[in-house]
Amino acid sequence: MNPPPSPSPMQLGLGAVMLAVLRREIALAMRQKGEVLTPLVFFIVVASLFPLGVGPESALLLRMAPGVLWVSALLAAMLSLQRMFASDYADGSLEQMLLSTTPLTLLVAAKALSHFLLSGLPLVLVAPVLGLQFGLDGQSLWILMLSLLLGTPTLSLIGSIGASLTLGVRGAGVLLSLLILPLYIPVLIFGAGAVEAHASGLGSGGHLSLLAALLVLALFFAPLATTAALKISLE
Amino acid sequence: MRRGNIKLIPGPTLAFHDLGCSKGGRQLFKGVHCTVQPGRWLHIVGANGIGKTSLLRMLCGLSPIEAGDILWNGQSIRKQRGPFQQDLCYLGHLNGLQESMTVRENLAFTTALRGHACTAKAVSATLERFGVAGRAGHLVRHLSQGQKRRVALARLSLAPARLWVLDEPFVAMDDTGIQMLSGLIAQHLAHGGICVLTSHQSVTIGTVPAQTLELRA
Repeated sequence: MNPPPSPSPMQLGLGAVMLAVLRREIALAMRQKGEVLTPLVFFIVVASLFPLGVGPESALLLRMAPGVLWVSALLAAMLSLQRMFASDYADGSLEQMLLSTTPLTLLVAAKALSHFLLSGLPLVLVAPVLGLQFGLDGQSLWILMLSLLLGTPTLSLIGSIGASLTLGVRGAGVLLSLLILPLYIPVLIFGAGAVEAHASGLGSGGHLSLLAALLVLALFFAPLATTAALKISLE
Repeated sequence: MRRGNIKLIPGPTLAFHDLGCSKGGRQLFKGVHCTVQPGRWLHIVGANGIGKTSLLRMLCGLSPIEAGDILWNGQSIRKQRGPFQQDLCYLGHLNGLQESMTVRENLAFTTALRGHACTAKAVSATLERFGVAGRAGHLVRHLSQGQKRRVALARLSLAPARLWVLDEPFVAMDDTGIQMLSGLIAQHLAHGGICVLTSHQSVTIGTVPAQTLELRA
């Protein structure tokens, strides 16, 4: 038997493999648009319910705005966490990722980044529009966006730990929330705090620096923890 | 056992040393000894639930080695995770194909995971060879079980690996598929590769005699 010679394969760098993961996630999300739109619509609806429920008293709304917007964004970003690894686990892609020549930690980081791009970034972009409903001024809207931009990647990274720990568990959704919400508290405090501090004239620099510090910490530790949890789930 | 010229092919050897495995507190197998030379293939047989898949998963590093050791090129795979993973290609019960992506996207992704780029031309040539020509642009969910299996196997020839670990590769395959896969494995062995597979059917791989490992409780 004389089959055609195997195609000579080109080597890929680690960055190129991570990019391949990112492109795959984005292509998949574009095919299931509902998964991208659900958190966004949830965020818009929940944040819009508050002015309706509390009433049109502008001073009260203004005071509530940072907290309400941040809590809604946090819950919205959590909605799509469960699906982060679930389909890859079910169809065996996760096994192949574990056996990849690229370290799983880097693949996991790429997955968390794609989760941020698909469910965190849209929230950042739509937040100023919702902020207007609460009567936030221009400067505060920028601070809100900046705090979300620094905070939502941390949420995705911490969330990836929860998603990997609850893989293949029945009732994973509720368990995931219970695991992850306590870990989200620091991000919420400094995120909402940044906007509040700015509104009360204290300056938001300190809060934003702490948010950035949390992001750096999560960027380093979360992929490692997620990798360890995924290995256990696949045993 | 016949030992032809294939015996002389240089390359890493695979060895199980006093390997044992238990699941849920029950001993599946223990004391498994075996050495596979380059250019040979190992057929793991045994009753259902005896631990064939567990053995393959230990071999790949998906489960920890409980007792004994697995040696690749004379060194424990626990001490050379990275280099060993470079040499390994595993196909389990699950095909590892994302249903809502096309065949081409899936193959490009799985080869990228193995650290290689593959061109559209290489994908279509490989698919033709695997008898699923012209399906590159189809979504995987629109393929039949057998076709999915063939697409999953196509990654064997898109990204080279010295050790193939195949869990029931002949399941859902028709006669031509079985012949095609045996031919592919024979070619892999001729290049000094090693193949470890499980199958409940009797398998013939070219002229290379099977090395059989029977698992017993």
